[in-house]
Amino acid sequence: MKTLVASIGAAGVAGSNSILSSCSSVESVDGDKITLLTSSGELVEVDRSQLKPVEMPSLSENQKRGRKGLPGRSWVMVIDLSKCRNARECMKACQNHHQLHPEQHHINVLQMQDTEHTSPYYMPKPCQHCDNPPCTKVCPVNATFKREDGIVLIDNERCIGCRFCVAACPYSARVFNWFEPRDAEKYIGVTYNIEANVPQKKGTISKCLFSADRLRDGKLPSCVSACPNGVYWFGDRNEDAVTNGTTKETVSLSNLLSEGAAYTLMKELGTEPRVYYLPAKDRAFPIIAEN
Amino acid sequence: MNKIESPEESRKLLDRIVVDLTRSIVKKDELTRFWFFILIMFLGVGLWGWFIQIDNGLGVTGMRDYVSWGLYIANFVFFVAVSLVGLLISSVLQLLKFSWGKTISRAAEQIAIATVALAGIIIVMDMGRPDRLLNVFIHGRFASPIVWDLTVVSTYLAISVLLFYLPLIPDLAIMRDRKGSEFPKWKLNLYKFLALGWKGNAQQYATVYHAVRVLMILIIPIGLSIHTVTSWLFAATLRPGWDSTIFGPYFVVGAFVAGSAALIILMYVYRIRYDLKDYFEDLHFDRMGKLLVLVCLVYLYFNINEFLVPAYKMKSAEGVHLKDLFSGGYAFLFWFVQIAGIALPILLIQLKYFRKPLPLTIISVFVLFSSWFKRYLIVIPTMEHPFLPVQNVPEHFHHYAPTSTEIMIMLFSFFASILIISVLAKLFPVITIWEYAEEKGIDRKYFTEKP
Repeated sequence: MKTLVASIGAAGVAGSNSILSSCSSVESVDGDKITLLTSSGELVEVDRSQLKPVEMPSLSENQKRGRKGLPGRSWVMVIDLSKCRNARECMKACQNHHQLHPEQHHINVLQMQDTEHTSPYYMPKPCQHCDNPPCTKVCPVNATFKREDGIVLIDNERCIGCRFCVAACPYSARVFNWFEPRDAEKYIGVTYNIEANVPQKKGTISKCLFSADRLRDGKLPSCVSACPNGVYWFGDRNEDAVTNGTTKETVSLSNLLSEGAAYTLMKELGTEPRVYYLPAKDRAFPIIAEN
Repeated sequence: MNKIESPEESRKLLDRIVVDLTRSIVKKDELTRFWFFILIMFLGVGLWGWFIQIDNGLGVTGMRDYVSWGLYIANFVFFVAVSLVGLLISSVLQLLKFSWGKTISRAAEQIAIATVALAGIIIVMDMGRPDRLLNVFIHGRFASPIVWDLTVVSTYLAISVLLFYLPLIPDLAIMRDRKGSEFPKWKLNLYKFLALGWKGNAQQYATVYHAVRVLMILIIPIGLSIHTVTSWLFAATLRPGWDSTIFGPYFVVGAFVAGSAALIILMYVYRIRYDLKDYFEDLHFDRMGKLLVLVCLVYLYFNINEFLVPAYKMKSAEGVHLKDLFSGGYAFLFWFVQIAGIALPILLIQLKYFRKPLPLTIISVFVLFSSWFKRYLIVIPTMEHPFLPVQNVPEHFHHYAPTSTEIMIMLFSFFASILIISVLAKLFPVITIWEYAEEKGIDRKYFTEKP
């Protein structure tokens, strides 16, 4: 089944990179302009002739491949806390990509202070995509599950809204659709994309998905691409390579982790996160405590 | 048990017993109508609240992403807890051959059925997508404690209904044969149908006896499971305040406290309303009082374990939670629950005066209220203290406060369970007639005689 997603695909399809790539592949012909919303929340004007229909698999096919994941991959994220200046571009890009209200965070930049005598720092906190995920264990209907490539995903066509996963998650990574999702009327009739969890549905759960839909297209997750400060590294553990979303530099994952003294959040809980943190040391900017 | 030899005396006594114990069914007055009117009105209000909630989303409640379980789950735990009185009274006491337990076991089963049924309903009302309930059967994952809970709660309901129904069959036959003319036609037909052509021969009594005995034994593991598994909904998570290994027995004993208090209140209501002073005797209240002290003492022991041991260590996340309970925002509620729900009943009910019907009932009301707030304290404060700070969300995400819609739906569940008990009391005797009559020495052959 082919569905033309021109205007509606706005949030997901039109990252700044994707517009560039589509420009180069399609010859420009004069015609009507169309306004698109990029994942960073900007409106851009694009010639209609430059848009091409995106092949969308049917819902059941989408769910099937979404459950399986990308073969041979093992996604990881490294967050360099020494670089985070609380720009919050990651949060904005994420909320635009995943149709989230302002108070719904797939990724949330927290202001942390470990003890009274240590410095505060900013800590972006996405879902940790645990290898021993407490949330998928408790789901009564297998609506949240672990894929082969390491991503913990949600099927909001199946979720019954019991919120046991929220109770189980020690990282407070999950958000619920307590009301109609943001811009619900714009998404009417759109086929559900399990890898972006869009359209969101009232009464179901959502959380960070490592932008699994973008990974399938060979792009970095929205938050990683949006960061202006080089905080995020993202890549494949099998390849032992991670790419910085800002500088586009690619380095060895194992070197980055060992040289940067990386750690994972609350490792004593045994959840085995796939998100690594590099400590907030040698920062080139001051942090002013907000409270 | 002394057998009454004279047929005249037997018939006279049996007549009196039947008249007394069917009074709840026959009695019709303004108060009854008013009572049902109130119940049904609140039911309507609650259903309207549920309609609002389905229409607008669960956001009409006070729950948000951090405190994502609220009144409904607290209520669910409370209902499961109270329902365990069925196990305690109509199985454990009977198997231990405490004869005073026979009189009150039907009232205990009424409570068990009404509360476990509502536990099932309130959990559906807590769901974000109740329309997808069937997914639990279609896509059920056996690794999830919710699926375990669903399995044991429905089994417990089924066994409780059978434990209510099987000993009722001879009573239905008694009403069919002895009091047929006093009931409206539909009621008589109902009794005829449900009595399954009971004749009252020895073989039939033996069958009922064996069946009930099997159920009494079966209900023990099932009953223990329902509350143990319910406690695992919390204990299976990593959160401070829930991450405890004693949650199973701690919940089960707490359930006996709540259930005993509920039963004492119901016994008192029947005693006064249906003039059953000679049936729900002072002796029954005295014994129930002693039982309440016993379960409260065991509960005290578990509470000391549950709070003192972590409080001694004060691990960081646990410490935040405990401070909030002991001296923070929840301190008043916490100490009220510990004192009114555990300490006072232990101290007072040991005195003979407080085991009299009215004083015991008043204490039980406090115990039952405390039991409800205890569940509130188990569910909500833990969720307000996640491991990571709550930031970048509106102020009302930090603390939970139930909304009016939520309270409407909660009242629905209370009134619906009281309605079930009221309907059962209007349809069937609140004490097993034949067991009681037999206890008084009346031979079984008189039961099915036409007067």
